[in-house]
Amino acid sequence: MTDDDGAGLLAPLSRPDHAALGRLHERLGREAADDGLLDIAYRVIDSPVGPLLLAATDRGLVRVAFEIEGHDAVLAVLAARVSPRILRFAARTDEAARQLDEYFAGRRRAFDVPLDRRLSQGFRRSVQEHLTEIAYGRTESYTEVAAAAGSPRAVRAVGSACATNPLPVVVPCHRVLRSDGSLGGYVGGLEAKHALLALESAA
Amino acid sequence: MKPFERVVAEHGATVLRVCRAIVGPVDADDAWSETFLAALRAYPALPADANVEAWLVTIAHNRAVDLLRARARRPEPVGELPEAPSGRPAPGDGSGDIWQAVAALPPKQRQAVAYHFLVGLPHAEVAAILGGTTDAARRAAADGISSLRRSLAAEREGARS
Repeated sequence: MTDDDGAGLLAPLSRPDHAALGRLHERLGREAADDGLLDIAYRVIDSPVGPLLLAATDRGLVRVAFEIEGHDAVLAVLAARVSPRILRFAARTDEAARQLDEYFAGRRRAFDVPLDRRLSQGFRRSVQEHLTEIAYGRTESYTEVAAAAGSPRAVRAVGSACATNPLPVVVPCHRVLRSDGSLGGYVGGLEAKHALLALESAA
Repeated sequence: MKPFERVVAEHGATVLRVCRAIVGPVDADDAWSETFLAALRAYPALPADANVEAWLVTIAHNRAVDLLRARARRPEPVGELPEAPSGRPAPGDGSGDIWQAVAALPPKQRQAVAYHFLVGLPHAEVAAILGGTTDAARRAAADGISSLRRSLAAEREGARS
């Protein structure tokens, strides 16, 4: 008798039961969260600027990521920098998802969810904290943001703080433009930046 | 270290098959959930070069042994062989007979068959999980498969007559 015979005999048992696995996955997320084992819960939502990854720790939203950033790569970085105890589990980001839906529908101008800013430190973090003060529908130049963050000469550093914003859309780095009014860069791509600014100027 | 979600995505189906084979369909969901919760708890300390599949099967095996022991202690009647799970309700794809036949195997054979033939672990890994020698694990798997073949053949004979 060979191994192939045995595996062939059992082949009918090898079909994956997708319905059961979906149910078990949901239960695992819930029980892991209850047991304090779910360090990062994430989901992917649809939006007018493409699929957005939302990831949250027990402290709050820790990462929002555009598809062009590569969601797998983003999760790998979270595993290395925060914890590998990561599961797709929607419940923890329900409120953030609801507020983003309202925002994209033009019915919300500010986000009110707890943020976990542990992925940013130092000057970048002060810049990103200032960004939240730029009102909906308004823009600032990189130079103005540098001045507001207390380092008027650090214009390039403001650029990299925006480029490394771990919470785009919610922390509005899309509201920062070049002094001549051109778009500059954007972590989600220039098309997304343009779409967000158009959304906010239309409302 | 990859996100645990990837571990579930890559090995969830295999672990479910193992749980169904070892504890039967009724307790398989609990065994699967307990396996992945225990794995999630221990995951950050898992060595980078560990064989994740063998690690998960070992956890599942231990959970299943606990579940079978607990079931053997249950006061309500559970049939003549407390360690043998009831067969999977036939899902209409012809696999029902095989699940029943697997369920009727003695525990060691059932485990050796599941870990070697369903998961694909080498006999040496199976022996490490079950205790005992590699030869004993190989024999248990071979005896189990022969027994399955006989009972399935008998089943077909019975269906024909």
